[in-house]
Amino acid sequence: MKMRLALLMVSLVVASLLGACAAPQPWVKPYERERLADPIMQFSRDALSDKHREHVRVVREGARGATGVQGGGCGCN
Amino acid sequence: MDATSLRLTCLVGGVLAAGAADAVTLPEDQAEAMVHVYSGGGVTASGPALLVRKSLADRVSMSASYYLDMVSNASIDVVTTASPYRERRDQVDVGVDYAVRDALITLSTSSSKEPDYTAGSVNIDVSQEVFGGMTTVTLGYTRGTDKVGKKGYGFIDNAKHWQYRFGVTQILTPRWLASANVEAISDDGFLGSPYRVARVFGAAVPERNPRTRSSRAIKLRTIGDIGDGPTRAAVRAEYRYFWDTWAIKAHTAEFGYSRYFGDAWLADAFVRFYTQQHALFYSDNALTETAYVSRNRQLSSFNSVGLGAKLSRSFGRVQGKYEVKANLSYELVRFKFHDFTDSRTNSPYAFSANVLQVYATASF
Amino acid sequence: MRHLRLHTLRLVLAAALAMGATLESGAVAPATAAPDFTLRTMGGPNLRLQEQRGRVVLINFWATWCGPCRQEMPHLNRLYEKYRASGFVLLGVNVDDDKRNAVDVAAKLGLKFPVLLDTDKKVSRLYELSTMPSTVLIDRDGRVRAIHRGYQSGVEDQYDKQIRDLLKE
Repeated sequence: MKMRLALLMVSLVVASLLGACAAPQPWVKPYERERLADPIMQFSRDALSDKHREHVRVVREGARGATGVQGGGCGCN
Repeated sequence: MDATSLRLTCLVGGVLAAGAADAVTLPEDQAEAMVHVYSGGGVTASGPALLVRKSLADRVSMSASYYLDMVSNASIDVVTTASPYRERRDQVDVGVDYAVRDALITLSTSSSKEPDYTAGSVNIDVSQEVFGGMTTVTLGYTRGTDKVGKKGYGFIDNAKHWQYRFGVTQILTPRWLASANVEAISDDGFLGSPYRVARVFGAAVPERNPRTRSSRAIKLRTIGDIGDGPTRAAVRAEYRYFWDTWAIKAHTAEFGYSRYFGDAWLADAFVRFYTQQHALFYSDNALTETAYVSRNRQLSSFNSVGLGAKLSRSFGRVQGKYEVKANLSYELVRFKFHDFTDSRTNSPYAFSANVLQVYATASF
Repeated sequence: MRHLRLHTLRLVLAAALAMGATLESGAVAPATAAPDFTLRTMGGPNLRLQEQRGRVVLINFWATWCGPCRQEMPHLNRLYEKYRASGFVLLGVNVDDDKRNAVDVAAKLGLKFPVLLDTDKKVSRLYELSTMPSTVLIDRDGRVRAIHRGYQSGVEDQYDKQIRDLLKE
């Protein structure tokens, strides 16, 4: 059982490297990313403002995390 | 090898073999100055905040920020069990971003000080672009240590925190992005407040919190570009599910809309829904003796609805050279508690809060 | 059991060899003829690549919304000024959706070389752009000699050397 699993893993990696199939190419080319480069397409535009807003919520709510705001909070009460 | 595993290997192979590495760009230089005000439920917290970011050479960007909270606290807890007080919290964050080919490594530290609580943390975040820049994978780790104190007693205990973050952002179409973030947080030590009291059989007793807590949160969000030219706009939707070992379960949903008005004006609007189920040991008035008991309304069952708007005016923009903006943001949040009563009226507690931010940003 | 292990070992070796082959294969590669195109310039008249035969051509694909592209511009300007009298031409192909942004930024950056407008991305697709910015160096006979993807500080020195070598031929 373990031998078969190991063999499957190895052949998965190997087959992918062989590229023996139609591999998906990036379907949005770099020259088509103009709209995505616009500031309004960022999830977080103003760091200070978002950090403050996040702090206001974390101090009053039981839930925390996964906000995408980098770095830790102050953990204060 | 059967059909599905072959398709899977094709996908994996494509990801590995696609395109040359893009060079990731450092965050741009900027300076921000803000005045923030929170007012609600008898608490007013206001103060300035500053952020400065500058790149050195081509690969390194340094940032520093300072945040001050002047808190005037006459909240329901304070008013019903003690007397109003004033307090000051200072927070300083310093960070370094380092660009290596198509990865961005961020190291930062954060330090927060109040008269009876100090918190320090160190974070490392790595952001890597793969698949021809279509996908960005981020990993993050934070380690924090707090010292908990009580007025008149000095520092009495401490708390340690570990945070593990993982996120993937994917370009779906030339107009749509989606991202998924997962974060696991573990805490160890004194996790309550030395001042807060719980209620058992109608009598006030000091609260007793577990000394460990482990939580998970998963957030999905998407943002898309709609409109054209000077009326370009973006819509955004986010959902987060949270659960932890204290039996708290929370759902957060947020919807946002941003729109340009001509060259100089940008407006945002958002609405946020939050709902939470109480912690296992939370009780408004405990009628049994339990190992842990708390009347911390942050752990109760409640929901909140927030409605916010933001307005930005751009002064002097030179595409890619510099931009100065003045911004104003206001949010109204309504909290409604289901199992926390206002002991002054003996009915479920509810309050509204205002969050105001006035700030200027300059990027160059 | 041993038979299976040998089989997978052979697969792994074959994969290692094949890996090199799967990366970067396209129509635009060094030593092939540069695909011909005609685009409008910012000034108005059309410009055709084939008409530049006899001169060394550097094509730089850029956009106003791409940070590294803008960083690269002063260096390209300098190279153009330095070698234009020796039979060198630099073509800046802009891929913005709105050509007014291109005109605006080109003026602000003080670009002296011809800026061509590829709003419908036909030339970008023809040259199989995989990175922004991309720079293609073409010799006097219209053959692609070098492709640079992205911009890293210091690569303009490589451009300088390669242009000089191509001009000497």
